[in-house]
Formats: sequence, C-alpha cells, structure tokens
Amino acid sequence: MQGKVIKNKYSEREAADFTRPLLLTPAEDMKGFLTEKISRASLFTVTCVSVLAVLLILIFVLKEGLVFLKSDEAKRFLTSTEWTPTHEANPVYGALSLIVGSVYVTVTSMLIAAPVGVLAAVYLSDIAPFKLRQVAKPVIELLAAIPSVAYGFFAVLVLAPLLQNKFGMVTGTNALNASLILAVMALPTIISITEDSLSAIRREIREASYALGSTRAETMIKIVIPAAHSGIIAAVILGTMRAIGETMVVWMASGNATQIPSPWWDITSSVRTMTATIAGEMGEAVKGSLHYQSLFAVGGVLLVSTFVMNLASEYFMSRVRKGGKG
Amino acid sequence: MRKTRLLTIISLLLTAALFAADKQLHIDGSTTVGPIGDAFAEVFKHLEPELDITVKKTGSGDGAAALVDGRCDVAMMSRFMKVEEFAQAVENSVMPVAHVVAMDGVCIVVHPSNPVSELTLAQIRAIYKGEIKNWKELGGVDAQIVPVSRDTSSGTYETFHGIVMKKEKMADMVEYVNSNPQAHSRVKSTVGAIAYVGLGFVDSNVKSVSVNGIKPNRKTIASGVYPVSRPLYLFTDGYPELGSVTHRFCTFYLTEEGQEIIETKGFVPLTDY
Repeated sequence: MQGKVIKNKYSEREAADFTRPLLLTPAEDMKGFLTEKISRASLFTVTCVSVLAVLLILIFVLKEGLVFLKSDEAKRFLTSTEWTPTHEANPVYGALSLIVGSVYVTVTSMLIAAPVGVLAAVYLSDIAPFKLRQVAKPVIELLAAIPSVAYGFFAVLVLAPLLQNKFGMVTGTNALNASLILAVMALPTIISITEDSLSAIRREIREASYALGSTRAETMIKIVIPAAHSGIIAAVILGTMRAIGETMVVWMASGNATQIPSPWWDITSSVRTMTATIAGEMGEAVKGSLHYQSLFAVGGVLLVSTFVMNLASEYFMSRVRKGGKG
Repeated sequence: MRKTRLLTIISLLLTAALFAADKQLHIDGSTTVGPIGDAFAEVFKHLEPELDITVKKTGSGDGAAALVDGRCDVAMMSRFMKVEEFAQAVENSVMPVAHVVAMDGVCIVVHPSNPVSELTLAQIRAIYKGEIKNWKELGGVDAQIVPVSRDTSSGTYETFHGIVMKKEKMADMVEYVNSNPQAHSRVKSTVGAIAYVGLGFVDSNVKSVSVNGIKPNRKTIASGVYPVSRPLYLFTDGYPELGSVTHRFCTFYLTEEGQEIIETKGFVPLTDY
C-alpha cells in the first residue's frame, strides 16, 4: 500500500518533467551552466568556512590552554579545589571544584531528565492519540526555543524562593535548582530523538510480539525499548551535552560557590560549573595573563569532554541508521 | 534597469551607514554606574536622534578591558583602574583619564525580617571568611548565614574586597551573582542572606545595616564618613576633544539635569553637598 503511494508521487513528478521544453536556447544553456557553477562554488565556500571555523576554535582554545598547562600553576589545576585567580598576593588556579560542579549538575539533571524524557517519548510514540501527539511534539520542541536567560530568571525569581520556603533549604540557588532547570532544557532533545528512534522500530517487530500474546506494556518494555536502545542512549548523550555546555542558566541558578558539596550527596549546596566560570571571568581577564590562559584550559577540558560525548552519540546514532535496531 | 535601481539603493545605504558611523558613542562597563550611563544616553538620544549610542553593562573589569582594547569610547567603572590595566593601556597607546561623576556607598543589605541592623567591618569580614556562620552569633535568630558576593569582575566587589575584606580571601561557600539586581533579589528572597549593593539598589525589599555604627545615606557617603564609600568613574582615552560627543557625555554630570538624574538613580551628586 505504502509503496504504491510513493510510486504515484514519483510518476507525477516525472510527468511534470515531460511537459518541459526539451531544447534550451544557447543563452538558457549558458545561464544554467553558470548558475550550476556559481551555486557549487558558493556552497563549497560556505562548507569550508564552517569547517575552518571549527578548526580555528579548536586550535585557539588548545593553544592558549596548553600555555597554561606548561606553567608551574598547572600542577594544582586538577588537584586543588581552590579557584581564586584574581587574588593579588596568591592566585590559585584549582579547577577541580569547577569540574566536579559541572559533573554534579549534569549528572543530577540527567537523572531527572532521562527517565522523564524516555517515558514521555514512549507515551508519545505508542500510547498517545494521534491528535495529541501532533500537538505535543511541536510544543515540547518549542521548549528548546526559549532563551536560556529566561530560564535563568525563572530559576532565580520563582524556583529559588520556592525551594527555600517550601523545602526549607538554606539557599535556593544551588545544584538542585540548576539541575531542575537543565533537565527541562534537555527534555526536548531527549524526547524528540527517543521518539524518532522508537518510531523507527519496524511495525513487524511489534506485531510479532502482539501475535505471541504480549501485552502493550510487555511489548514496549521488553521489545521496542531494547530494540531502540542505541537511539535512546544517543538521545541521552545529546541531552547531557546540552546540560554540560549550558552557561547562562548555571551562572544564574547554581549559586557559583567554588566548593565541592560536603557531604557529597548534599544536592542543596551551591556549586560552580566550568561554563559559568568562563562566562563570568573572561571579560575581566587581561589578554595573555595566566588567568586568561587558565580559563582557556578550563574551556579545553569542556571541549574534550563534549568531543568525546559527541563521538559516542555519533556511534550510537549510526547504529540506529544502519538497521533500526541495537 | 532593475540592476541600476538595486545599485543605487545599495550605495545609498552604504553612504547612510558611513554617516551613521560618524556619530557613534560606545559605553561599556560597571553595572553600578550603568543606570547613570543609561539615563545620560537617553538624554543624548533625545537631543541628537542621529547619534548611535550604545551602553553595555558588563562590569568594571570588562569596561576597563574594552577601553584598553579600543572597543569602547567611555568605560564606566565603580573603582579606579588597576596598575596592570594601566600598563596594558599604555602598551596599546591608550591614556586612561578618569572623570568622577558621582559618589556611591556600598551598602550591606540583609532580609527585612532580620533583626540584626548593626555590624562592624570585622564582623562582616568574619562572615565572608566563613568564621561566623549563624545569625545567632550576631544577636539575630538561629538561622544559617548565606553570604552573597558579586563576581570578581565587579567594581563593587573590588571596593568590598579592598575595604571590608582587606584583600583576604572569601570562604568557598560564598555565593556569587553577576549584577546588583541579582544580589538584591537574592537577599529579598532569602531570609538568611547578606549581600552588598550600591546605594541606588537599596529599597524597602532589603534592609541596609549600619557599618561601624554609621548608616549609609547621602551625607555620610558624600563626606566619606561611611566606611565603604567610593567615587564612580567614567574613563576615556585621553581627555576627550572639547565639544565632542564624548566630552559632552563625560561632563554631563556637571549640568543640573545630570545631577538630577544622578540623584533619582540613588547616587550622590558631587556638586551638591
């Protein structure tokens, strides 16, 4: 049935081709040739520019960062939790608390967003009525279009007082606040990609499961989700990248205290992430100073971690494309 | 025919852009001085609609860096330029000149429900060093203190760090926010919080405490009796050319209208005490 529809579409297009005049005038021929040349050349240039931009950013960040890593201060970079780069007498560049802060809010936000996102995607792909799905998916994807500063203001003005007054936290701008907002921001990515990979599972697989007498829930949990697992993993990795790279929200919502929570599970203590540090301090750092270079080193740590995650998600995505199964 | 028309439109736009580029004034820097810069800019926009004037509020340190790099004409700063910034400027053939436009006090603010209304510099320093952790120790209720600081690129931070902290390090648990309004909203919504903001940001939602027994107000700040007072600056590259837009902007604080604006924004005008 489906094949027939596609065939019809193509034959219509072919029919339209036949109605075109077969012979072109020399001027038209020339015009076509030039348009082809120009569009090819411009597309090639645009592609080159984007590739070049990525390469230049890589080189720039790593170059400045490596200068820092060669200096004497670098020894404490990964071991010290003290980050006081502007202190006149004794500046310390200990990025450990920043790295831990980033990992902390990212992991917490994913612990919230991954189950919620995957369950929402399951509901949308298999349970929700068609009309609801048609409305819900674009609305969820619209969440990604809200500027992060708006999320930040929400965190500071609404969520922080709520956490303080309803849950008795000492301070409302803390790791939990930032994680909750990051989770909401990562949801569109997770839901959208998970839903796509669930829909990509062939109908025969589900039908075979139903034919063997499985219920809808059993089919979903034991057949469809395992079959789509590489897509789901890729979705969660992409969501994680969204969370780890987010700057404005964590700068406003996390409290920015350079400390490792103690005890370590204390989710209500305020933390500082790598991105927030770069955003907050890059403007004041004098170009070429150790402070400036240390921020690039922090950026390098971020770059490497997102790069690794990107590779991982590419790997899992390619497995989805290859056969719609894990 | 169509092409010539297109070319004419493009050339007209280019000329317009050139003329527009002739009248530009870029201002960058302190979020504390920001309201003054904004209000002055508004007046100038009214007087000269063709003037392209932009005001960015990124922090004193960023303003200084922008002036040094030639990215702005006027740097708003709530502290004086540091030695390194001067050195960097001179290296770039920029000669920073300071114009003092107003006086400001850094007010220590707490939640209105907090019974503590008097602190000494030593007590505030102990709070930010993490030595005093509960309001009980200061005669208040039994509640944990949440010290809130501005981030390190802020001039207000620099003033506080110099006068109150005596350049000693703050504790790890101190929270950082990136603007005066954010510091204000953190104190407004947090019972145990303490923060510091410019006089212009104190209102009924927060309570400013007296420092070493002196309440921050216009008189105590202008005379320098209030311990955490400081002048607010505009920095330019050299003294601006007389009569230029930059010159008029940097001397606007001397006019009656300028003084009124400074007062309504909650700062202390220099020419009226």
